[in-house]
Formats: sequence, C-alpha cells, structure tokens
Amino acid sequence: MTTVSLTVNGQSVTADVDPRTLLVQFLRENLRLTGTHVGCDTSQCGACVVHLNGQAVKACTILAVQADASVVTTIEGIAEGGELHPMQSAFREHHGLQCGYCTPGMIMSAIDIVNRKGSDLDEQTIRAELEGNLCRCTGYHNIVKAVAAGARAMARAPLQQAAE
Amino acid sequence: MTATGIGAPVRRKEDQRFVTGQGRYVDDFNRPGQAFAYFLRSPHAHAAIRSIDTGPATIMPGVVAVLTGDNLAADGIGGLICGWMIHSKDGSPMKAGPHPALAQGKVRYVGDHVAVVIAETLAQAKDAAEAIVVDYEVLPAIVDTAEAAKASVQVHDVAPDNTVFNWHLGNREETEAAFARARHVTRIDLVNNRLVPNPIEPRAALGEYDPGTDTYTLYTTSQNPHVARLVLSAFIGVAPEHKLRVIAPDVGGGFGSKIFIYAEETVCVWAAKKVRRPVKWTSDRSEAFLADAHGRDHVTHAEMATDENGRIIGLRVHTTANLGAYLSTFASSVPTYLYAPLLSGQYDIPAIYCEVDAVYTNTAPVDAYRGAGRPEATFVVERLVEKTARELGQDPAEFRRRNYITQFPHQTPVIMTYDTGDYAASLDKALDLADYRNFQQRKQESARRGKLRGIGFSSYIEACGIAPSQAVGSLGAGVGLWESAEVRVNPTGSVEVLTGSHSHGQGHETTFAQLVSDRLGIPIDQVSIVHGDTDKVQFGMGTYGSRSGAVGMSAIAKALDKVIAKGKKVAAHVLEASEGDIEFKDGKFGVAGTDKALGFGEVALQAYIAHKFSGQDLEPGLKEGAFYDPTNFTFPAGVHICEVEIDPDTGVTRIDRWTAVDDFGVIINPMIVEGQVHGGIAQGVGQALLEGAVYDQGGQLVTASFNDYCMPRAIDLPSFQVGMTVTPCPSNPLGIKGCGEAGAIAAPPAVINAITDALGHEDIAMPATPQAVWRAAQKARMPMAAE
Repeated sequence: MTTVSLTVNGQSVTADVDPRTLLVQFLRENLRLTGTHVGCDTSQCGACVVHLNGQAVKACTILAVQADASVVTTIEGIAEGGELHPMQSAFREHHGLQCGYCTPGMIMSAIDIVNRKGSDLDEQTIRAELEGNLCRCTGYHNIVKAVAAGARAMARAPLQQAAE
Repeated sequence: MTATGIGAPVRRKEDQRFVTGQGRYVDDFNRPGQAFAYFLRSPHAHAAIRSIDTGPATIMPGVVAVLTGDNLAADGIGGLICGWMIHSKDGSPMKAGPHPALAQGKVRYVGDHVAVVIAETLAQAKDAAEAIVVDYEVLPAIVDTAEAAKASVQVHDVAPDNTVFNWHLGNREETEAAFARARHVTRIDLVNNRLVPNPIEPRAALGEYDPGTDTYTLYTTSQNPHVARLVLSAFIGVAPEHKLRVIAPDVGGGFGSKIFIYAEETVCVWAAKKVRRPVKWTSDRSEAFLADAHGRDHVTHAEMATDENGRIIGLRVHTTANLGAYLSTFASSVPTYLYAPLLSGQYDIPAIYCEVDAVYTNTAPVDAYRGAGRPEATFVVERLVEKTARELGQDPAEFRRRNYITQFPHQTPVIMTYDTGDYAASLDKALDLADYRNFQQRKQESARRGKLRGIGFSSYIEACGIAPSQAVGSLGAGVGLWESAEVRVNPTGSVEVLTGSHSHGQGHETTFAQLVSDRLGIPIDQVSIVHGDTDKVQFGMGTYGSRSGAVGMSAIAKALDKVIAKGKKVAAHVLEASEGDIEFKDGKFGVAGTDKALGFGEVALQAYIAHKFSGQDLEPGLKEGAFYDPTNFTFPAGVHICEVEIDPDTGVTRIDRWTAVDDFGVIINPMIVEGQVHGGIAQGVGQALLEGAVYDQGGQLVTASFNDYCMPRAIDLPSFQVGMTVTPCPSNPLGIKGCGEAGAIAAPPAVINAITDALGHEDIAMPATPQAVWRAAQKARMPMAAE
C-alpha cells in the first residue's frame, strides 16, 4: 500500500491505496464520488474526465499515486453555493443529456475547452474539441449547443461577480 | 397548452441530479460485506471443455469462491431462455440449443462464460481467474453468416445444419405472378452489418441475499426489471418471484442491449446466496464488446418488380440472419415479426414474399438493437426503391410519391394494418427544408472543388407501440405486451405515478409528469414518477420498441381517468350535489352551473379523511391502477434526406446536410422528441459510415474496444434539421405513435443512397469507410482498372 495525499473538491484527503489504483477508482471507491463514471478501459470515452491542477484529464489514465499533492475537481465540485455552474445549467437548458452517463465527463471537458479556447466557440471547434468524449444518446447536436451557450455564460459569470 | 402540459418543451426534472454527478447507476451502489465477481471467459470461439481445475484459484489471496457450470447444474439452475417461439415453414419449432449461464461441456463463442471468481476485491478476483486451469479441445469455428448453414462445423447438436429456423411471410404465388408480369425487375444484394450497441454505461449486476427473510435483491442495468424477475424466477429458477426484488435504478442507455436476461445477473443472484455475501459485477468495455448481445447481421438478396407505369407490384426477399452462438431473450422475433411485416414500407405493394433463414455461428448472441428488425427492413426497401428509381430514370422523390399509400386504414400483404399517415406531407416538407430544388447547383459547386456531392432519401416506416398482447401471442410471443400504471394521490394532493415503463435516458420523469399535470391541473413539481423497482411497481413490461409513450402513458391516462371519476364521487359528497352534476375542469371539481367548486388537493384530502361520506357509500382513499393493452401497433413514418460530399482522392464522406421530417403523432415534449431523433440518426450514421463488428475466421472479435470499433464522435456528425408533421394515432387515447427508433431506422439507407448517388456506383457496403468509398470511386471512374 502507498499513501496519497491530495485535495479533492477543496477537501484535503489522505489514504492508503494499492499502488495500481487508478485515480478514477480512488475517487469512486475510496471517496464515493460516484459522479465520475467509467465507460471504457482504453481511455477513449471520456466519462471519467476530471480536472487535475486545473486541466482536464481522463481519471482512468493516471494512477492515484500520480495525483499525489495535486488538486482535483470532479463534477460534484463545480456548483458553488447551491448554484449550478453555467456549463451545468447550459446542458440542462439545451437538453445536452439523455441517460446522463457521459454527462459529467462532457461537462468537465466543456469547461476545459472554454478555459483553453475562450468563450466564443464555433460549432466546428466544439465538435473537434469533444474528440475525447463519447455520447451514445444525443447525437451530439444538443451537446454542441449546450457547450456554446455554456461558454458564453461562463464569460458573463465573472463579469457578474465583479459587478456584485 | 400550459407551460408544463402536453406539447410543452419542459426542461427535464431528472437533469438536476445528472448534471451534478448525483445520478445513481448500478455500479454506484455498494452493499455491506460486498464481494466482487469476475468472469473467466472463453478465449476460443468453439471448444469442448475437457476439464476445469479451480483448485489453484481457490487458494489465491482474497478468493471467496470459484464456481463453474457444474455448480450451477448441481443447484438445479436452468439455462437462459428465448421468449419468442418461431416455427419453420414446415411447421417445426425453432431449434433452441442449451444456454447455460456458465458453460457446461462446451464453449461456443469468444467471451462465453466459463467460470466465476468471487473475491474480496475485483483485482483479487481477476488475479485468481488467471490461475484457473481449463483444458480445452479447440474445435473449428464458423462465423460467416452466409456460410453457416453449409458449414461442417456444428454449433449445437439440435441444429445439424446450424439452422435455427427457415421462416417465411407473405403471399408467395401472388408475388411470383407479379414478377412474371413485371416490366422491370431491380435486384440487390445487401449486408446489414453487425453492430455492438455500446450504451456508455456498461452492464452491471449486484445480487444480495437476506437469509433472515429468505429474500433476494438484484440491482441491475435493465430496461425491464419485471421481465428480468419473471425470467430469473419462472424459467432460470434462481429465486421465487415473490422473494426476488429487482431494482433498475438510473440506467445509462440501453438501445435494446439491456432488455435481455444475461448470464451475469443470473450468476450474481445465485452466488449471493451461495457465498452469503452481496456479489457485484460490473462489465468492462471489452466484456461489453464480447458478451453484450449484438445487433443486425443480415445477408439479403431482394428484388422489386415494377409495371409499365412505374408502380411497384411485387417484392421478394431472402434473408439469412445470424443469431450468434445462443438464442438471446428475444432474438428469434427480430429477423421475423419485427422485420418482414415492415417490408411494405410506405408503399402500396400488392404482393410481398419474404423468406428468412436464421443460423447459429460461433459469435456473440444477436438480439434487438435500436429499431430491431425495422432498420434491416427499411434498408432493404429504401435501397431497392432508390435503385429502381435510378434504373427507371426517375426522380427518387417522385418515384416514392407515386407509390405511397394514400388511403387508410391500409392492409399490407405482410400482416400490418397501417392506421393513419400522410406520407406526401412529410416528403413535401422534407424537400422544402432540404432545399432539394437547388441540389444540382450545390452539386456543380462541389464538382468545381473536385468533390462529389450526392443526395439520399429514406421514406421509412416502423411499427412500434409494442404491442397488442393477443396479436403477438398468436405470433409466438411468450409474454403479453401491455403496460401498467398506478396513480397514487396523497392527502396533500401531490401525486406519485408508478409505471412499468423504465427510463434510461428517455426523460419519463418529465414527460409522464407533463401528462399528469395536464390532466389533473397540478404543477409538475407535485408529481413524482416511480419506476424500476419490482417492490414498488406491481408489474410492467418495460421500455423498448418506442412503447413508453404509446403504451405506458396510455396506461397512466387510463388510471388518471379513474382517479378523476373517483374524485367526482368524493366531490359530490362534499359539495352535496349529485355525482352526475360534478365537472372536472382546470384542476377543479365543480357543480355544473354553479360557482361551487373544490380544488384537486381539497378533494384528495377529503378522500383520505373520509368525514363527508360513509364507508358503505364510498371507499376512502384516492389511488387507481390500470393495465393498458394496445389494439394495434403504431406506425410512425417520415422522410429523411441526407446530403453528402465525398473527396474522391481520400474517400472521406462528409455529411453536409441532414433533414428529418417525422410523423410521431401527438408529441408530449418536442425538446425530448427531437433529442431522440438526433440520437437515432447518429446511431444510423454510425452503422452506415463507421461501425462494424468484425470476427476473424477463427472467431476472434477483432473490433473489441473503442480503439478498434469506430463509434460516432461529435466531429463525424452535422447538426440536424428536424421537422414534424402530425397525424394523431387513432388507436390509443393520447394519439402518440413513438419516436425512439426512427432515426436509427431512417438513417442507414439515406446515407448509402446519398453515397451511391454521389459515386454513380451502386455497390458499396456498410460501413462505408473512406477505404470502401475510395475503392468504389475508383471503380466508378475506371470500371475495369479497379477490378
């Protein structure tokens, strides 16, 4: 067993883990943060995307021990003070989900796209950037709309915060 | 229409938990003392098992038990079943080979279940599985659909020529006569490629046994938990029906693959009692590829006869359907009664004859996948119609229009009675939205850039709202296909609806609440939808075949009518009026012609406190149930138009435009319906351009991961233009037809018709990969050179 210490959704966590434990297993099984999903075993589907030190990663591609001393944010950690994150609201408003299984990974990837590419995203950029996330329900049509709308809302949110 | 009633694009109630990571799927459940199951699967497509030595595995760290087919047999656990009896042309019953949950003497496909290890952790279970020693006598395998009946390899003893049945439907003599007098006959050979359903949530099962009460609980990724309970108890015999609770919580997509009752959930329930521990299994994606039931896999030759006026006068079809190594739960119904009855399409075809030979092979079982038989039928009809129009030199849209059925009801030669529709209306709207009149200009513009542009039509029909119980019983179904609902009104006026339908992405918590809100005049926040738990919902047939709206919601509507009728009785007592004078309108029970009225909540309270009537006059309480059995299938239909642009140098096909105009009857929530259309099209485009399950000749699945099996990604698809026309369904109280499978049915022929139009070459197989399209483009350019 190996000891890991990291910050998950703002909380400090220390645990002893089998060295082969994946970050996604650590989140789901040790911390019971079951919003991060597993949809494949080849790092293709993106259902397990979380943010590691502010960047999107597939939590099935790294070991928990590699996340030692890191800051991890999961889908459970992005709504603040009971208010949905603008990207979460956009997915609901634009019907960007059906079964909900790929949704946490989609939302975490979408926020990362905005962080990297800005808030004014055209359709082709969004489609290309979603390369690492599979959805079998929506045909992506409404996910693309949701990401575009969520990106615009994320740009507005800091302005609102500044005004308050 | 109110803001939350029928027809309103209400945002989904269930989304709050899904967007915050609070959904609860089977793998999110953990029970105290839980152990983990890992299945040792056959690495061979076909082998006799000489012996299994579990000894080395049992002493591995953390191992609780290692169980094999011998243990199952010793406990009297039965095999998995196929619930639909098909008889061959000669009257003989289909040949169903044994299907044990853990292999007994033989394995028949790569991924077949050999043994299960139960251990403290999943990692320990996997480690121990590697220590099981299996002595296999490897046998030759047969995987090819068209060759199976001729092969020397025999998958099951009961089927000497690997033939499950030779079945037929239609009027043979009249069809032969039609072809004899035809002016023109169009012929086509088609392969409907094998697909892997791949819901993003893999299957999972968590079995638990309580020795105190001698009861079992199974959490499972099911589209129909009551059917699972029935099969597990009555046929497989792992637990008595009244002592088995099956819970299907949030389920991450199904597309048919979670209808069936598989080996893994059988073993988890059985083993939970055996080891006196909760036993959990979660499929990984590789296992899903190997052992989830696959879809499609047809090889077809079909011919269409037309007369001198360009009217279709006959259709004959021969299909070989690969059912895999075992008959899955509804496998036999898919290439028969869910297939051939749709071969009339939207067309008035007086003579149709279809023969289907179903075969065993050493491949994963094949069963219903989104559309189930209807996409296969539509692919045959719409490829043939397109090819016929081209051979006759006619516009494909106008050729279709000339042959459309226009009078309803319409009896086809293949069982179905179409109740209503307006196919030309959908075609006109689709042509308009697709800007068909300017297609040639766009084609020329593409040509200037060295690209090939093509347009493809698909006038699909499907039969859904499955199904009238008596009718399907006469065709071999082992079950009735009605649906149940119970409406429980609480004393505070809030409402719980218990439904036998199951939502795994369809949004029932919202749409069903819209119906209740519409009928009772209460806010949708006052309505809870309860599903997916056999201890709560008395019985139900589940969700597949676009039946939740047409059948499931009709049951709810029926129960709501009873609630309103009972409410009138209560109101009559309270308002001291005669029951006949009570009207229910806008959420109020009022006395006709007066201003005396009670709100719905007041009547609910009065029903429970029962102060205003005696128990002899009226039973207290407000709770009603209903079973709704449909009187006909429903017939959604529409026109999809696909426009592609092909780069002849690379063979890459880009979908430039997609237009869908569908007639789903009355629509409860257009936002959700459009979402279903989008998702269906994506799966159909996946089949046409990207997806294909491939076994090598030895029976190894070479497309067994998302690295090897090409799932549609966002970049592969365009945005879709979706329109609607509406002819209400006359056979159910809500006028609903259903929308879940339309896109997956319509899309493949639309894509292939567009590609063949662009290339000027008819011979292209699905998936039309860049390589396949490039080769076809070369053939079209230089017919001799590419041979």
